[in-house]
Amino acid sequence: METFLGVVIGGLLIGGLYALIAMGLSLQYGVARVLNVSHGEFIMLGALTTWSLYTAFHINPLLSLAVCGPAAFALGYVLHRTVYRRILATSPSPGVFESNSLLASFGLLFVIQNVALIAWGANTRGYSYLAVPVSLFGVLFGANQLLTLGCALVVGVAFYVFLARTRVGKAIRAAAQDSTSAALMGVNINSVLALCFGFGAALAAIAGMLISMCYPVTPVMGIPYTIIAMIVVVLGGLGSIPGSFLGGLVLGLIGSLVTYIEPSLTLVAYYLIFALLLLVKPTGIMGR
Amino acid sequence: MQTGKASWLRLRTPVLWLALLAAMGTLSLYASPYTVIMVTNILMYVILTVSWVLFSAPTGYISLATAAFFGVGIYTSATLGGQLPLPLIILTAGVASFVLAALVGALTLRLKGVYFAFFTFGLVELIKHLLLWYEVSVTGVRGRFVVSADNVTIYYIILGILVILLLTSYLIRRSRVGLALQAIGEGEDAAAHTGINVSAVKTFVFALSAVFAGAAGAAMATRWGYVDPYIAFDYLFSFTAVAMAVFGGLGRFEGPILGAVVFAFLRELLITRFPYVYMLVMGSVLVVTILYLPQGLVQLAQKSTWRRLRGHREPA
Repeated sequence: METFLGVVIGGLLIGGLYALIAMGLSLQYGVARVLNVSHGEFIMLGALTTWSLYTAFHINPLLSLAVCGPAAFALGYVLHRTVYRRILATSPSPGVFESNSLLASFGLLFVIQNVALIAWGANTRGYSYLAVPVSLFGVLFGANQLLTLGCALVVGVAFYVFLARTRVGKAIRAAAQDSTSAALMGVNINSVLALCFGFGAALAAIAGMLISMCYPVTPVMGIPYTIIAMIVVVLGGLGSIPGSFLGGLVLGLIGSLVTYIEPSLTLVAYYLIFALLLLVKPTGIMGR
Repeated sequence: MQTGKASWLRLRTPVLWLALLAAMGTLSLYASPYTVIMVTNILMYVILTVSWVLFSAPTGYISLATAAFFGVGIYTSATLGGQLPLPLIILTAGVASFVLAALVGALTLRLKGVYFAFFTFGLVELIKHLLLWYEVSVTGVRGRFVVSADNVTIYYIILGILVILLLTSYLIRRSRVGLALQAIGEGEDAAAHTGINVSAVKTFVFALSAVFAGAAGAAMATRWGYVDPYIAFDYLFSFTAVAMAVFGGLGRFEGPILGAVVFAFLRELLITRFPYVYMLVMGSVLVVTILYLPQGLVQLAQKSTWRRLRGHREPA
């Protein structure tokens, strides 16, 4: 029973992170239509910035949220305003935009990764923050891990409320459904798409900040997280933000179970689920 | 006079290609061993690039899995080396890559393009993890030694693979399959309505393009001597193929070849001393090319571009 609880809680702990990462990607693909394969690089930037601030100035990792979040948002916003908007303007069809923006984000992946390699070097780094055991239903967990889940839930719910209750959120949802009609109804579509891309990047950086509290960080850590985000986005249903959140928790639970049995096969198991999903229900949990 | 000039124009391209082939085919007779090695590396990148273009350029489906097929080739060579003659190993590698790509294609290519892009992006990582687990828990080895072949042999094998690949992509472009592929790229629903078996055509050409990446991997592995899953399944091979092709230009047959030659040469100069700078340059060039030079390097070679840059306007 304790093992079972351990697996479930462990799954939720990692699932919260997955949910956050996937929500960001879902926003970028679901609304801005950018297949952003450089998503994980924003996670990496968030994680390494937090590490630098902590080791150099002893700034509390949670406080570096105030730096990472806005900085990543600005970077994402500017990227969309410059790169993706130009591609959008020059692409004759949505299909061409999809492939060209994918290629551009593939290029950005290597730009960001190698800038980080030059800036930070290739070493694996980590720091110890709140690494004290906490007993939960008789199972021991790191306080930092529980904090991670708490933060992920708060950020996820806050973002959902933002989408559901505010005027900008409404504009984003309208753009997700049909960007052409939304533009005709007076939504400033270029601004909304750039906002979405910025929010996606900010969510990734926040996730990176949380990841750095529990796991080692390197400049090349981004790609596995990007893959996981992609699988979660498909699992939850393409373009559905609540679906991504749910999908993240589900994948976290599965991952925790597989890690308990055979740790080195976690990513393989995710991929197996991905393949099964494509065979049986490609629309995902909450897809239309 | 007029007819003589016309027939020379018609013959010019094939004659130039044949002259190039003759020069390449006798390279080991007049070039230094170092040049042979360098040209082998460049040709390997040309193979990866052209094989990527074979499927992704006409359809618009972006495959990010070149490295996976290349890696399958490398590991075929590593496991079968010494047990089979080299040509058979290379053939096996091609077949293995074909089967893998056909499976991936059958799974993802009947769905929207986004599933294909997502699935191929993670494929390299998937195989790497699977292989690491297998090597650690079943065979108990981390890396493998590959039975090596001499540089001149590898050069001619790589050249041979490239020639077959170029012929294949030339013929595919002019065949029914190539036309079907073109139609799919321009409008998938419309293509399906004209009676094209859209999924089958896509899957077949995707699998065919993987054969060459796999064969190249098998040949190159014999030169490296030692491989492990991290060396064999490296994203950089996918990335460089895509970047080189886009940089050269997808619209023309020569574009990707040109892009690959330019970048592979640049790689020879930079990779050992400034690897990160090299990758940074490649990433930036890919982004800049997409933004400002959508037809790639070959666009510059066309007269109208020069005229437009000098301020002339094309007649509308």
